[in-house]
Amino acid sequence: MTITAKLTMRDRLQVWLPKLVLSPSLALTLVFVYGFILFTAYLSFTDSRILPSYGWVGWENYVKLFSLRHWEVAVTNMAVFAVLYMAICTAIGLMLAILLDQKIRGEGILRPIYLYPMALSFIVSGTAWKWMLDPGIGLENTMHALGWVNFQFDWIKNRDFAIYTVVLAAVWQTSGFVMAMFLAGLRGIDNDILKAAQIDGASNWNLYRRICIPLLRPAFLSAFVILAHLAIKTYDLVIALTGGGPGRATELPATFMYSYTFTRNQMGIGAASATIMLMTIAAIMIPYLYSELRERR
Amino acid sequence: MAAATQDMVVRTGAVTRTLIYVVLLLFALFYLLPLVVMLVNSVKPLAEITGGNMIAFPDVWTLEPWRKAWSEAQVGVQATGLKPYFWNSIKMVVPAVTISTILGALNGYVLTKWRFRGDTVLFGLMLFACFIPFQIVLIPMARVLGIFGLAGTTWGLVVVHVVYGIGFTTLYYRNYYAAFPSELVRAAQIDGASFFQIFWRILLPSSGPITVVSIIWQFTNIWNDFLFGASFADFSSQPMTVALNNLVQSSTGVKEYNVHFAGAILAALPTLLVYIVAGRYFVRGLMAGSVKG
Repeated sequence: MTITAKLTMRDRLQVWLPKLVLSPSLALTLVFVYGFILFTAYLSFTDSRILPSYGWVGWENYVKLFSLRHWEVAVTNMAVFAVLYMAICTAIGLMLAILLDQKIRGEGILRPIYLYPMALSFIVSGTAWKWMLDPGIGLENTMHALGWVNFQFDWIKNRDFAIYTVVLAAVWQTSGFVMAMFLAGLRGIDNDILKAAQIDGASNWNLYRRICIPLLRPAFLSAFVILAHLAIKTYDLVIALTGGGPGRATELPATFMYSYTFTRNQMGIGAASATIMLMTIAAIMIPYLYSELRERR
Repeated sequence: MAAATQDMVVRTGAVTRTLIYVVLLLFALFYLLPLVVMLVNSVKPLAEITGGNMIAFPDVWTLEPWRKAWSEAQVGVQATGLKPYFWNSIKMVVPAVTISTILGALNGYVLTKWRFRGDTVLFGLMLFACFIPFQIVLIPMARVLGIFGLAGTTWGLVVVHVVYGIGFTTLYYRNYYAAFPSELVRAAQIDGASFFQIFWRILLPSSGPITVVSIIWQFTNIWNDFLFGASFADFSSQPMTVALNNLVQSSTGVKEYNVHFAGAILAALPTLLVYIVAGRYFVRGLMAGSVKG
């Protein structure tokens, strides 16, 4: 700025004040986020069990982790869950946004209905879905009571299908949010482009397929990033809905990390799994944040 | 939201339009169903629930499950109901939201009106912190809270939520203040206004909307948190979400589904109310957290 030597004490304070004001938040972030990340990453190379211990074991925890059947199940479930969750949320979100964009009467009522699950805790929605899907008192029982005796819907108790109930509840909770993102994108499209296309005789279908959807690219990208990071962080929902079961049928990396670290006393392996989770999210988030922050310049 | 595609005449026939309405209404039903099921079954006697129909209205209406969930149900060791945990949540949420919002406002002010070299990198570092899987900080956080005597306390949870919330609050205020005319700030500076005077007199008076967004977002997020509550709280400080989970998962005695439903709605009520009253701001916060503002 100006020559510091000529500044009075008060001016000098004014120069430093902005940085001083920012520094507590920055210090908190550096210690509690980046310091902690380094510490956990370090623990993943040690022989920590119940408590952190500092005996260096190299890559042993990672080797063990990837040979564990339990981890393999968690990662496979994650892949199934993430792919279905992201694809279905995007499909439903896009469809609802396009339909709502057709000058719908009552849009002001429908939109908040689609979006309200986002305001709920995953524990609440997990509890609700758990009992609705429970064959004993939920949907199956209700259908029986209504006279459809052969109706069967026991996915939540079925090892092969339980993961799909997690997908169902997660889609229920966040697809409205994806709808809102796409709707904002659609409403942001320049009207003249659409009018011109209509004058040229484009059908509605072509209008959306050829013009709107390609123009929604930024919304697709945001939806992908948000859904991916939500998928990897999914924890509460599984705890409330299935508790990771039946057996390990709905175990995810987040639940794996928790049980290995805090109940099985394998902190080294728990730390290794947390590090892998972080790396996965970083691989998605860092390029996204980088491009978002760069574009502003 | 400018209605850009709205004033376009979309050519749809009567059949198509009916179909569109049917699909939209079916989805509305899908989203409403769990809440309706919970509400209806929370005012039913237990026998009617186990007896059969989850979507039928009760034959006998009763508020007993609500009373039980609030003040009598067995959560943890004692039969206290969810009441004390509801207050735990309030005691945790209010300071955490206040502190993180104030810090976010100050950070946003510095990052837009007092720019310095490398500020974007620092902001990026703070922003990334919002997206990390919190499993990566659980182990050291438990240690640090223990060292400072904050393990198992509400204040410990406040610290945790402030630390992992400032990224978002800073993002909100930064995006908001970026659109605020810097000429006004510069003019005030020339007139000799100090750093805090400019913030207090010039930026803060027009920060109403973004403050609402920030408060609602933080309130919803912190109220709904489960992982930190489950990891760092003990019985004297457990938040509502953890207590609800304990109530629902407890394996002793008869499962009182109606009480569980009433408890779940009690846990959902504060954020649901905020959503009903200020949904517009909630949506704005959601969008700003994902797409840039």
